[in-house]
Amino acid sequence: MAGLELLSDQGYRVDGRRAGELRKIQARMGVFAQADGSAYIEQGNTKALAVVYGPHEIRGSRARALPDRALVNCQYSSATFSTGERKRRPHGDRKSCEMGLQLRQTFEAAILTQLHPRSQIDIYVQVLQADGGTYAACVNAATLAVLDAGIPMQDFVCACSAGFVDNTALADLSHVEEAAGGPQLALALLPASGQIALLEMDARLHEDHLEQVLEAAARAARDVHTLLDRVVRQHVREASTLLGD
Amino acid sequence: MAMEMRLPVARKPLSESVGRDTKKHLVVPGDTITTDTGFMRGHGTYMGEEKLIASVAGSVERVNKLICVKALKTRYNGEVGDIVVGRITERRRSAEDELAMRGFLQEGDLISAEVQAVFSDGAVSLHTRSLKYGKLGQGVLVQVSPSLVKRQKTHFHDLPCGASVILGSNGFIWIYPTPEHKEEDAGGFTANLEPVALADREVISRLRNCIISLVTQRMMLYDTSILYCYEASLPHQIKDLLKPEIMEEVVMETRQRLLEQEG
Repeated sequence: MAGLELLSDQGYRVDGRRAGELRKIQARMGVFAQADGSAYIEQGNTKALAVVYGPHEIRGSRARALPDRALVNCQYSSATFSTGERKRRPHGDRKSCEMGLQLRQTFEAAILTQLHPRSQIDIYVQVLQADGGTYAACVNAATLAVLDAGIPMQDFVCACSAGFVDNTALADLSHVEEAAGGPQLALALLPASGQIALLEMDARLHEDHLEQVLEAAARAARDVHTLLDRVVRQHVREASTLLGD
Repeated sequence: MAMEMRLPVARKPLSESVGRDTKKHLVVPGDTITTDTGFMRGHGTYMGEEKLIASVAGSVERVNKLICVKALKTRYNGEVGDIVVGRITERRRSAEDELAMRGFLQEGDLISAEVQAVFSDGAVSLHTRSLKYGKLGQGVLVQVSPSLVKRQKTHFHDLPCGASVILGSNGFIWIYPTPEHKEEDAGGFTANLEPVALADREVISRLRNCIISLVTQRMMLYDTSILYCYEASLPHQIKDLLKPEIMEEVVMETRQRLLEQEG
């Protein structure tokens, strides 16, 4: 796609957004009655579903149980119809395993695992449609699902991706922008304290630009937090018991 | 045989048409509840930088100096004295245990028990040392969220409509036909396997559907609310109670009666 410019002279991206603008986010909690917690999120055309089970007793070998905190187990899977070309293996391939590990690292930082020793918390995320920013959508969906399950967390975990084109940092990349090959990073943030739960990048970016891109990602993650906060408050208001005791 | 099919349609949640109690202080994780350090922190909160911060999404409850946040859905936290209903999944395999218990309680049995002690990691130890606990015979089990079972003095209720119910604090609710006479000597280890009459079965089915209606509309479960719901459901057929609009109607009527009784 030689003629495709990711950022026009007037400052518009391929889909008409500004450099720091997020895609439209819609989210819902409690979509599955059978699971302890569940949530569904749409970030533009990226759709992700997260389901949480737990805390419950450790499945399998008891030896894996940690005496002072809970074990967090994450599994990432993307549907065969989620990408442009039909995928062969929905999960178990390298990328899915790596995503699973990253999600686990992210949530071990945020969930207060010391409150549930010797138990296990399972987080399953499935991407139904991948249009860029899949890690961010998964983290956001999983945060809502963990909240829905009533598992105590330090704070929300909000994530967003960011890239760098024409000396400008772009926030919330779509698939077209990711496929163009420029540097891109994914950031997961705990908004209240500003602590970073996970920062991931596997491209080359000059260190002079790092701060700018990081700042754009952090600002976008905070915008995501505003939205998720509104969704959760609405859900809590609606679902609180009809007749308080 | 006639069949009824419905297409999925988004329903307006009942809360929109009902005036909600807006005096509750709702919080989400990361929210500061208070900066006053004089409070003791309960469930759902943690201390960070001299502020009390919420760790779950729910409503703040304050009892004197104790602040806790009650989440919408929680895993059951055992407390000493709670009545629970559960199914035996695994047995300890020691010799004395074999001799003593195998005859009475087997794996797969449904039992009611009382919480005796709570360990530091959250595990509870149960006992069935009274004749009113023990193996449960014929009846219907309904699993609901533990946060919807109201804490009361007793959780064993003999409802006037003709059935009895055990409201386990862990969210497991057992509905069974009221025993004809109280068995004093048999205790809780023999299951009554005589056939249950049709009238009793209908009462139990109706109660089960009523409990499901109350839970779907997120009303607290206790003997009065279940009884009022049962009475409000009588004009409808038992199977109709699972339809969303009838569920709403029955629960609204129950709520109305409960409000009248209180105020």
